[in-house]
Amino acid sequence: MALDASLVGRTYPPGRVYEVSREKIREFADAVGDSCPAYRDPEAAKALGHPDVIAPPTFPIIFSLEAALAAAADPTVGVDYARLVHGEQRFQYSRPIRPGDRLRTTVEIVAARTMAGNDMLTLACSSSTEEGEHVVTATCMVVGRAPEDAT
Amino acid sequence: MSDCDEQQVPTDGEHKRTTSAVNARPTWGGVEKGTQLPPRTYVLKRADLVRYAGASGDFNVIHWNERVARSVGLPNVIAHGMLTMGTVARVVTDWVGDPAAMVDYGVRFTRPVPVPDDDVGASVEVTAAVTEKLDDGLVRVTIKAVHDGQTVLGKAIATVRLP
Repeated sequence: MALDASLVGRTYPPGRVYEVSREKIREFADAVGDSCPAYRDPEAAKALGHPDVIAPPTFPIIFSLEAALAAAADPTVGVDYARLVHGEQRFQYSRPIRPGDRLRTTVEIVAARTMAGNDMLTLACSSSTEEGEHVVTATCMVVGRAPEDAT
Repeated sequence: MSDCDEQQVPTDGEHKRTTSAVNARPTWGGVEKGTQLPPRTYVLKRADLVRYAGASGDFNVIHWNERVARSVGLPNVIAHGMLTMGTVARVVTDWVGDPAAMVDYGVRFTRPVPVPDDDVGASVEVTAAVTEKLDDGLVRVTIKAVHDGQTVLGKAIATVRLP
């Protein structure tokens, strides 16, 4: 069943607040093999003009994918959640993420189409502080693969 | 080793084209369309996938269970696309010196990176070049990531703010 184009524009309100910690930043930087001191050493980050350490560019996947997948799992969207794969990902920053940031993520469906039986759903996950300062938008395109691909 | 360490790079705006050019922090005025970033090769092993699963919270079994991965038609356990994306970002952030300079970064996951159960792992060769100079100190960098002779990321583009 093709995705309904009228899904575009639908939004999902923020779930829980994600609080960024310096240990999680360090753990994530280790996991992507990145030894850059700006992720670990406040003095190194200050030398670059930041008030504290910053998070690696793809760090927001931790909370944005959870928000996006919750929206994709909405039964009224109609994607086969069990056949979901990650098609595209993008991060657009207003400022770097820092320890202590308490981020709330709103999800908006920005594209929904079906090609050759593959459902392609694009979700913009906009994360802001509790005070309303926008920090990053993580946009992901997930693909609900056509059933014919099943093996 | 990564070298986005402010102590290794000139910060006075002096654009040095010497043998240490790969360590010189790029400036907007000093790059042009076609400027190549230092190429890198990254190796992903099974332990890296386990570590990334824990750090990211993505415990999808196709990233750690070979039996399940093969049962769904994959050649082996595959790396998280986001691990590849996060690893490949270093070619840009190491070049620019300040990771926060990368204000926009997007990729398409075109092919999986199978990771064998051995001590060699899977290597990803990364090249990148400035493909457009924008206003406001920004440049666009296009990244190419190749595993086993095939491109694994499509439309891999970063927008970077340079001093």
